[in-house]
Amino acid sequence: MLLNQAREVLAGGLGMRPDEVSLHPTGTHALLAGLAGLRRARHRVGEQIHTSAVDQAAVLRRLPAAARVPVDSLGCLDTERWARAVNAPGVALGVLAAANHEVGTCQPLREAADACAAAGVPLLVDLAASWGRAGAVPSQGQAYAADAASFAGPPLGVLGVRTGTRFDPAYPRSAPEHGLSLAQPVVPFALAAAEAWQQSAAERAREEQSATALVERIRKAASGIPDVQVVGDPVHRLPHIVTFSVLYVDGEALVHELDRRGFAVASGSACTSDTLEPSHVLAAMGVVTHGNVRITLPLEAVAPERDRDVARFCQELPDAVAAVRAQLGTDRL
Amino acid sequence: MTPTRPRSAEAEAPIPATRIDARGLRCPQPVIRLARAAREHPPGVAILVLADDPAARYDIPAWARLKGHAVSVHDEGEHTAYRLVIGDGSQAPKSTGGA
Repeated sequence: MLLNQAREVLAGGLGMRPDEVSLHPTGTHALLAGLAGLRRARHRVGEQIHTSAVDQAAVLRRLPAAARVPVDSLGCLDTERWARAVNAPGVALGVLAAANHEVGTCQPLREAADACAAAGVPLLVDLAASWGRAGAVPSQGQAYAADAASFAGPPLGVLGVRTGTRFDPAYPRSAPEHGLSLAQPVVPFALAAAEAWQQSAAERAREEQSATALVERIRKAASGIPDVQVVGDPVHRLPHIVTFSVLYVDGEALVHELDRRGFAVASGSACTSDTLEPSHVLAAMGVVTHGNVRITLPLEAVAPERDRDVARFCQELPDAVAAVRAQLGTDRL
Repeated sequence: MTPTRPRSAEAEAPIPATRIDARGLRCPQPVIRLARAAREHPPGVAILVLADDPAARYDIPAWARLKGHAVSVHDEGEHTAYRLVIGDGSQAPKSTGGA
């Protein structure tokens, strides 16, 4: 019973009915279950799947390089190439993140979905970075994958598949979630996720406005420092994600310097990965990959001193950059 | 994605005035060496950089684009050769900040 109520709340959060959603251990599990089910249902049409060059690595690693439709220097999908790709014969489905998890750029989802609809190809929309953080869930896709972690819930994947969409689950119907999952949903997680959704609902509009303004402050502070490139779309972006690259420093040194000052940031630079490869998102955008810093603002409900922290970050960033450049002897470049 | 090669035809012409061996150096060292060398020469001068860091493959062309320099990329077995021709500033974006 409790699980049914939680499912109803979470389905509502996706703008769907309870019988259209399945619950999964994480958003990535939900995404891959959606991908597998849509693909199986279309196997007679073809096997090809198209996505953008900046979608999640979990998707890209399962697809050939030709599946990746390029993006521009802001990380925005090339919609003409997308339309051509999904119009080709033998395409099973399109998968597209509504907004990028690393640079925050929102994709032209309506155009991408229109192209899919014109070609009769289903579209799976990845909401991992945006669910509950960027306005209403878009209505253009046939399926949506999301994670309650994006609005400070526990890790819980939710897959929504619209009624009438051809879908063939990867597992027998007797398996959990009508054959969509290998694991039964963890009930306390589902309840906590539904609770987090309801708690954040009342504040959502104000929260997004506040996060948008704070990220704007960080973008201004960063771009005011010489040789710093703020990346991603400045306007069509998620409210809470910002990424910039500081020329002539390594990302690792900068992350440590900021950590020393009490700021937890991520980086897409190669030196911070274990593969020596930089972030595939930055690489696909053709922007500088070294000295990269990525900030994901928590919800204000979770981090009540967010405003003050951002103000202190903006104040200390020039010093932090200068300190690292001085250490490396690159301050006069 | 294959890094784009802005103005590669122009980048072929001049004989490099400086050769930087950045093999064995990791990101961002190849770009730092290149930036130092670029500061010391006027527009139109060519600089050759050898690097084997996989990140340099994206980073050197991206940096060159940002600064308005032309670059061409040639794989030479274990390493990659980047030929940079220093721009006159007219090709560089007005601001490095994206905001």
